[in-house]
Amino acid sequence: MAPANYGNCPVLASKLPPRAGIGLKPQHFRDVLETRPDVGFFEVHAENYMVSGGPFHHFLGRIRELYPLSLHGVGLNIGGAEPLDEAHLARLAQLIERYEPASFSEHLAWSSHGGVFYNDLLPIAYDQSALERVCRHVDVVQERLGRTMLLENPSTYVEFSSSSMSEAAFLTEVVRRTGCGLLLDINNAHVSCVNHGRDAVSYISSLPLEAVGELHLAGFTRDTDASGAPLLIDSHDAPVDAVVWELFGGVVTKLGPLPTLLERDNNIPVLPFLLAEARRAESLMAVGGDCRGESVRGLEQVP
Amino acid sequence: MTAQLMPVPIRMAASLLDPKLAGPEDLRAWNGSDIERRLAVHRNNVLSSLIDALGDTFPVVQELVGEAFFRALCASFVRAKPPQTPVLAQYGAEFPDFVTGFPPAASVPYLADVARLEWMRVLAYHAADAAPVGPEVLEGLFACDGALGDLRITLHPSVCAFRSTFAAVAIWSAHQGIGELAGIDIHAGDCALVLRQGLEVLVLPTTAEAICFVDSLRRGERLDTAIAAATAHAANFDLVALLAALLRRGAVAALGPSGPNNSWSHA
Repeated sequence: MAPANYGNCPVLASKLPPRAGIGLKPQHFRDVLETRPDVGFFEVHAENYMVSGGPFHHFLGRIRELYPLSLHGVGLNIGGAEPLDEAHLARLAQLIERYEPASFSEHLAWSSHGGVFYNDLLPIAYDQSALERVCRHVDVVQERLGRTMLLENPSTYVEFSSSSMSEAAFLTEVVRRTGCGLLLDINNAHVSCVNHGRDAVSYISSLPLEAVGELHLAGFTRDTDASGAPLLIDSHDAPVDAVVWELFGGVVTKLGPLPTLLERDNNIPVLPFLLAEARRAESLMAVGGDCRGESVRGLEQVP
Repeated sequence: MTAQLMPVPIRMAASLLDPKLAGPEDLRAWNGSDIERRLAVHRNNVLSSLIDALGDTFPVVQELVGEAFFRALCASFVRAKPPQTPVLAQYGAEFPDFVTGFPPAASVPYLADVARLEWMRVLAYHAADAAPVGPEVLEGLFACDGALGDLRITLHPSVCAFRSTFAAVAIWSAHQGIGELAGIDIHAGDCALVLRQGLEVLVLPTTAEAICFVDSLRRGERLDTAIAAATAHAANFDLVALLAALLRRGAVAALGPSGPNNSWSHA
């Protein structure tokens, strides 16, 4: 696949509106259809909808008629050591044909090896052979799906002494070679930077920001490593942290409004809580990222 | 430049489900802290997320044995039979058999059958969609009775036949607030049809002969063969009552003369 000229024009890997969206959870299906909340889009994990029929397709089909959809994969194994699973790609292509999502995204991580799926986003060493493998996999995905994808920066807890480049340099090169877009997960950026003693602002500014097609915001859990240093866990089970909101403000000040997902996968609150977080993200985008705005403070009171 | 090692998944995968195995040799932490603690985040993510997924699929099994026992049981299962696909709706098919062979669960002999019933509910929930044939078709069916043997009934893709030598259906039902656990004779065998009507999965207690009938239809056999299978089990098998119940529950997707492209009543 030809490299994209993202240096001259932004990569249009995402057709999502530059608004806040929320993750669609089965416990909110009926609420969404009954209340039709004013959000920019819904995002679903592709693998949850790789079933033949039943309520999941029933509700997703109806909700898709009302909202743009972002399809987010968690099992494609882009960072895997083995060739991509053709059966999984076929399932993905089928979902994309059925729901015509405005965006498809996946992770810079691996999740399967030797016929076992680990259900976690696992780290890779950032070396030359991994770079070639990841680019090959992104090429295969984009060719098979006939569309450009977004690749998400991971949350990591360990690093590899065999890495020969930084994560940002690695992602920059993947974007340059494959023409894919970047899904900038600001929570992951914060989590990884704290976990590796780095500065998140400089990490983010060293990414290929002109290729960002979507942002993710989420909550994390605090832990400590064996030496007592903070170790943040990307748990998606808490409200977005103040530090992550601040980083988000900085990013949208620089880049302008972008499709922004409020990610919540565990300890899922009632729908109005997620909607309030989405409104907060939209207010920040509207005021150019100023976290001190009145309109933002007012929205912190959520049910 | 550092010498290139094998890709990380090759060097890391085994250590995720077996904490006795060390992680990759080039793992490091910026502050030099013990890497095991950090690797433990991934080991915990893998194990606990898969146990949680099994908990969603087998809630009554969990209630029957308690959370601590259930999580230990699931941890053994995950290590022995980790998922082979990222589609976790497919994870758990082997769990009931694993429960059967799990010695610490031997004192709860009906546990595996309750797991089987819960797995069938998941299958029915995600089964393919098909518009059901309405009950009115029964009238037409008996107007041309001479040809019953030539009929072929296609069940809705969600229909599963469940049978247990234990009171697994009654035990499961009691955990849904239907009936009392206290009065159940655990050795009374149970049969049920599991199917999805509209968006809801139903567990309908039924007879052993109805299960024989449904199993025969699910094998694609003709109606007369299915009737023979049921009456071999119980001479007083009531075909009309069962067909009416199946139709009323939306369990029939097509009904017509056997032979290809010949269906005279298709939704």
